[in-house]
Amino acid sequence: MTAFLTIIIVLFVAVAIWQMVKIFDLAQIGESNSQIATDNDNKMNAYMMMAFLAFIYIITIVCFVKWGDLPLMSNSASAHGPEIDNLMIISMVIIFIVQTITQYLLHYFAFKYRGEKGKKALFYADNNTLEAIWTIIPVIVLAGLIIYGLFTWNSIMNVNEDDDPLVIELYAQQFNWKARYGGNDNTLGKSNVRLINLDNANILGLDESDPNAQDDIITTELHLPVGKPVLFKMRSQDVLHSAYMPHFRAQMNCVPGMVTQFGFTPTVTTTDMRQTPEIMEKVANINNIRAEKSKELATKGEAALDPYEFDYLLLCNKICGKSHYNMQMKIIVETQEEYDAWIKEQKEFKNSLIK
Amino acid sequence: MSTHADTHAHEDDHGHHHKETFVTKYIFSQDHKMISKQYLITGTIMGVIGVLMSIMFRMQIAWPEEPNVLFEALLGKWAPGGVMDADIYLALVTIHGTIMVFFVLTAGLSGTFSNLLIPLQIGARDMASGFLNMISYWLFFLSSVIMVISLFVEAGPAAAGWTIYPPLSALPMAQGGSGMGMTLWLVSMAIFIASSLLGSLNYIVTVINLRTKGMSMTRLPLTIWAFFVTAIIGVVSFPVLLSAALLLIMDRSFGTSFFLSDIFIQGEVLHYQGGSPVLFEHLFWFLGHPEVYIVILPAMGMVSEIMASNSRKPIFGYRAMIASILAIAFLSTIVWGHHMFISGMNPFLGSVFTFTTLLIAIPSAVKAFNWITTIWKGNIQMNTAMLFSIGFVSTFITGGLTGIILGDSALDINVHDTYFVIAHFHLVMGISALYGMFAGIYHWYPRMFGRMMNKNLGYIHFWVTAICAYGVFFPMHFIGMAGLPRRYYTNSNFPLFDDLANVNVVITVFAIIGGVFQLVFLYNFFVSIFFGKKAPQNPWRSTTLEWTAPVKHMHGNWPGEIPHVHRWAYDYSKPGHEDDFVPQNIPLKEGEEELQH
Repeated sequence: MTAFLTIIIVLFVAVAIWQMVKIFDLAQIGESNSQIATDNDNKMNAYMMMAFLAFIYIITIVCFVKWGDLPLMSNSASAHGPEIDNLMIISMVIIFIVQTITQYLLHYFAFKYRGEKGKKALFYADNNTLEAIWTIIPVIVLAGLIIYGLFTWNSIMNVNEDDDPLVIELYAQQFNWKARYGGNDNTLGKSNVRLINLDNANILGLDESDPNAQDDIITTELHLPVGKPVLFKMRSQDVLHSAYMPHFRAQMNCVPGMVTQFGFTPTVTTTDMRQTPEIMEKVANINNIRAEKSKELATKGEAALDPYEFDYLLLCNKICGKSHYNMQMKIIVETQEEYDAWIKEQKEFKNSLIK
Repeated sequence: MSTHADTHAHEDDHGHHHKETFVTKYIFSQDHKMISKQYLITGTIMGVIGVLMSIMFRMQIAWPEEPNVLFEALLGKWAPGGVMDADIYLALVTIHGTIMVFFVLTAGLSGTFSNLLIPLQIGARDMASGFLNMISYWLFFLSSVIMVISLFVEAGPAAAGWTIYPPLSALPMAQGGSGMGMTLWLVSMAIFIASSLLGSLNYIVTVINLRTKGMSMTRLPLTIWAFFVTAIIGVVSFPVLLSAALLLIMDRSFGTSFFLSDIFIQGEVLHYQGGSPVLFEHLFWFLGHPEVYIVILPAMGMVSEIMASNSRKPIFGYRAMIASILAIAFLSTIVWGHHMFISGMNPFLGSVFTFTTLLIAIPSAVKAFNWITTIWKGNIQMNTAMLFSIGFVSTFITGGLTGIILGDSALDINVHDTYFVIAHFHLVMGISALYGMFAGIYHWYPRMFGRMMNKNLGYIHFWVTAICAYGVFFPMHFIGMAGLPRRYYTNSNFPLFDDLANVNVVITVFAIIGGVFQLVFLYNFFVSIFFGKKAPQNPWRSTTLEWTAPVKHMHGNWPGEIPHVHRWAYDYSKPGHEDDFVPQNIPLKEGEEELQH
């Protein structure tokens, strides 16, 4: 229905344009209109420039107020998250200041120096001092951003193996995720897609003769103990995928033929995150929207939507085919005890094979 | 000696004795002015297709999986009952990107204005090789036709994203569009690259060799500098994409393993071993990043020219403008890795590319400040071209600033491939380049067709487009920062994003209005060709040489001798002259000094 209304609106707009065109054409008959801007045009467009400047400011404010609460921005759930968020906020402040000033100058000058008959412009072709100033200022600002950025990047990407991280493989395929834990020895067994044997349920291509592989655990949900460093090893069996965990400020592509990695330390359990005011507000808001939608669906006789409960998610963020839009895995961050209890219940690789 | 004299005589007689048939004048023309119109019209047609596609997929995002009569009418079997299929959604996104980047903003923009302006502004009779120029256009036409044909193949057009990363693009079993659709895409692009290379070589040779007497490199209008450097970037980087396309064709059809290794798909292991998709990403982005400058530099050149002319002021910092064009061109070839921070390449490379990428902000900032200073204390004539030029600077700043977030590897981790990226590149290279193109069309239309476009329709076109462009792309930054990935057919599988659904509706409404109002431009453009007001010789009172050539179409551009050049291109409002502009072909007055720019 909405779509149909859209079409109607489009048609009306088209008709309106047609009418306007006619009016302009008629208005031009008998007038010595050269189609070159007159003083009147200059004045009208100069005022439009100021109106447009206001529009830019307003849309900026509206966006920040309405959609700028960014629960994902303010609630990072990993140890390195605040570093990225700080850098992001500093960059945003710089952008905001530069944007506000330059847009003002551009539009205000366009307004102030609008053309008038008989006026002559200032012949002003060059000023080395000025140009040096606006070369050097960006150099200084960018040098600061680059240095800060590189320190952050290096501290995120250099995984410290001495921390004895929990090693987990993230395995991507069209269109789902699997996780593989190293088991008691915390060591992933050797693997290759060439070893995949669907007949005996060796779905990730583990080397069945490798002793390290015997106690590996393959799951469809990702459980992480809070406060413990995790090192993810990413693999893909078919096309490129990208393991995107926005709440943890983490992302790495999964590339067939190679193993990529990304490490972080989760800092907030799922239960705790659900209790934070920002997330509670966001969830309440989403549930209102879903309730509204459910009402609409009910009038059509369709099933209502389930209420939403917050969970961390792993999303695929590299175009990977038809169902790319629905390739996700739930992430649960929990206490060490809860994690231990959960992992004990999972089947080890050697027991999961169909003999 | 006598041969030389003959050539000379022949040159001078150009245009008088040429018998042109319909075919040589309008179809297989070797005249640069006609070829530029052919590029423009072909680019416009492709642009209409590209924009229509974007409106369709925007409707799908705003009202996911709802029946839509537009889909039913245009997509046929891909929208059973009017509900868009997920495969065709990805295909629309892919082809929209391909068409807009290559066919509209590379060929349509550079092809049109390099062809029109290089000979006319440097004072040449035509391109160095009119024949190669003609071949270049017809190869472009052929590649456009193949790209359009690819929309109609059985299993659907290419749908792996405009970046066509393998293995998705290499394996027909991974995606329907990776079959015949992708083959045609690759063939079309290979031909397109050949066309682009022929064109670029021609532009370079023409600018170096055929400048008229007195037209030194430091008297060239900035348009020519921009086209010249763009052509050089094209010659350096396009062949790399050609090699990537050829290697991909080998992998697809001849069993090689350049980009593929260890693949298990649909229950079987494929034979590929030892290749890497990351290699493809390197090859692709070695063109892909310079490509955004191939798109934006010509627009920058034209905007510089139009701003100076309409402000009745010399461009501020002429030499700094040239230096920044050269700096951007150089840096553009060593920053491609910022598209690949999280591709699995060594994090150390990420550091290097962060450094080189953020350096580009410096020449870009110099350009933006110089444009702003150019209009300061001007006598600004608000012609439509000038409005689009101011709009260009505005969107270039807005879009460019977020580049310091995306170019920073640490920040890229979390916004990579989200709507934030879409907002950034659409504003900084999509909308900006499009504004540059519109500005160029409105400004040089009298030169191309000898008639004026309607200014009131131009004003309507600009203001609605300007508001809609911000309305579409500004909110996208925010849904991107909230973590919404791009290229999702629908977001309804993620309740997490439910609160962003209304933003997507707002964006789509702006997109539809903006798209529909482009009809105003099309109407103005096509109707003015026949019914526009006759253009005077130099409607904008500009200094450059193209306005000294006769309006009436003639082969060879100037009857008699080519004008000589005595001054730079920006003598606007120069003290000591009555008029507020002094054309380049006017000799210096006695005692007048050429500015030591």
